Amino acid sequence: MGYNSIVLVKQVPDTANISGQVMKPDGTVNRAMLPAIFNPEDKTALELALQVKDQYGGKVTAITMGPPKASDLLRECLFMGADEVYLISDRKFAGADTLATSYVLSEAIRSIGKFDLIFAGRQAIDGDTAQVGPQTAEKLGVAQITYVEEIIHLDKRKIRIKRKIDGGFEILECPFPVLMTVIKDAAQPRPFRAKRVMAYKNARSLMELEKMVEGNSLLYIDDLRHEFESKSLFIPTLTMDELKVDATRCGLHGSPTKVHKIESVVLAGGEHVKIQSTKEGLGQLIDKLMDDHILG
Amino acid sequence: MKKAANEIWVFVEQRSGKPADVSFELLSKGRKLAEKVSGTLKSVVIGHNVTPIAKQTFSYGAQQALTVDHPKLKDYKTTPYSRIMNELVDKHRPRIVLFGATFIGRDLAPRVASHTKSGLTADCTDLQISDVTYLRNDYKELLLQIRPAFGGNIIATIITPDAPIQMATVREGVMENLPLERPVKGKLLEIPYDEDAVDHIIEIIERHQEENKINLKAAPIIVAGGYGMGSRENFELIYELARTLGGEVAGSRAAVDAGFIPHERQVGQTGVTVRPKLYIACGISGAIQHRAGMQEANKIIAINSDPEAPIFDICHYGIVGDAAEVIPRLIDVYKHKLK
Repeated sequence: MGYNSIVLVKQVPDTANISGQVMKPDGTVNRAMLPAIFNPEDKTALELALQVKDQYGGKVTAITMGPPKASDLLRECLFMGADEVYLISDRKFAGADTLATSYVLSEAIRSIGKFDLIFAGRQAIDGDTAQVGPQTAEKLGVAQITYVEEIIHLDKRKIRIKRKIDGGFEILECPFPVLMTVIKDAAQPRPFRAKRVMAYKNARSLMELEKMVEGNSLLYIDDLRHEFESKSLFIPTLTMDELKVDATRCGLHGSPTKVHKIESVVLAGGEHVKIQSTKEGLGQLIDKLMDDHILG
Repeated sequence: MKKAANEIWVFVEQRSGKPADVSFELLSKGRKLAEKVSGTLKSVVIGHNVTPIAKQTFSYGAQQALTVDHPKLKDYKTTPYSRIMNELVDKHRPRIVLFGATFIGRDLAPRVASHTKSGLTADCTDLQISDVTYLRNDYKELLLQIRPAFGGNIIATIITPDAPIQMATVREGVMENLPLERPVKGKLLEIPYDEDAVDHIIEIIERHQEENKINLKAAPIIVAGGYGMGSRENFELIYELARTLGGEVAGSRAAVDAGFIPHERQVGQTGVTVRPKLYIACGISGAIQHRAGMQEANKIIAINSDPEAPIFDICHYGIVGDAAEVIPRLIDVYKHKLK
């Protein structure tokens, strides 16, 4: 027994902790100023996949699409317990909307091989769209279950889960393969395992090795890659060429939605009545609201 | 690629045979968009015994209601619903398709958008029609999909210039519910359900669903707390003030994330949109996503210790001070006035 699980993870700017310097004077966002974090619900998704493995056996593979920097995230996946990780990275993938992202992810999943379960977070905190999961499922032609809050049971053929719906929940049963998007309440992500941190802190992607070579004339990329592979410290990196995807469906070019206009939020700066927080001030406010029939 | 028809579709969601409010709000908006492009508004209703719901959409200006009616379609399931929508959209090629940003809409819309390779924008706070010049090309009558983005620091206008079909989801309460005084003479188009082998691979074992007991949308007075309340204990003051004034309790997303208050009471872009007579924002800084859900309130009182908080830019009455100190005083003074 055992299940092959694939987990879709994303590195996101920490939009909950935005400070003043993040906004450039022209109203655009200075991404470099934002700390990059593990998208919270993706971490929950990884935890659920690891729990399935702990209980039933199998393998957990984490994949992410992003810039070379996203290797940080994959190392964290290894620290938590992922068996394999893949970085999907190519300049030509940049600027993808959810449709183009789901296309590349689905092709990457196909190239990685057989799977029973795909886990993803319900949504990423930088866009809150909740679209990539269902769109990836559609492209793979598999069933989907969104808003998963609990995995109840798995047997040879199918999975039973509890999911949230408007005003309640439902319990569903679905044969494999299936893609699930999970909500934060589904599990508490485990901390990094010290042993695994020691084992994988030096894991590197192809782009990271290339960078090491750039700064050192004594190193050759093929040798270096071979060395890291032999120590199981190589993070496989899938580029556009490797995936043999249709370039017209990738990145900005393959994205039907375009950003037409970005406006920084300009507040009207409307006048308001300043109320003193004293008894007298608050009393006047209440009188006014009562006179206007808003209170009382 | 086949050109799209000049039609605006609204997916009308029903739960246990009851239509969702958001669908009528979308039809109200869809009618205006249809007028703008001299197009046709149509509703799509999938379920069992849904003819009454389909007819109800005529009161919102739907000139045609497409229905797929079958006992096996009674409850929403991803596979049959998305397969049916895919086929309908493939066949009729509407220019715009709108979905409620509900659990159902957010499950269904991306699947349909992926199949039809359409652009899809989630949680729009406004929809408009406009001619657009994009990368030196002129486009006629595009749907402007407007939503806050990036933690609410920006407002983005998204367009779908080259894909023939434009899709968007909108949260409940964001658009106004505006029925016509007199219904239009709409046509019913009943489409037979051809069951597919994959339709029911997911089995519903159990389902529990209750009417939402919390009705923030209907509350004339709302007292809302934010992260600035500091703790769950302090948040009790929000409940106490609401009880005193006879209002409902709400919170910002930050307050929900901090565990001060359940998600059902979240006001804002990813929560509920409200238009009460009085909205009291306590310890809420006033990020755009929150304002998107409450700025239409008749009167807004803001209590915040930071005089620079953006909430003061949209409030009518501003009190600079620690909400945990101001609220008890406010309760005292109000009780005194009532005597």
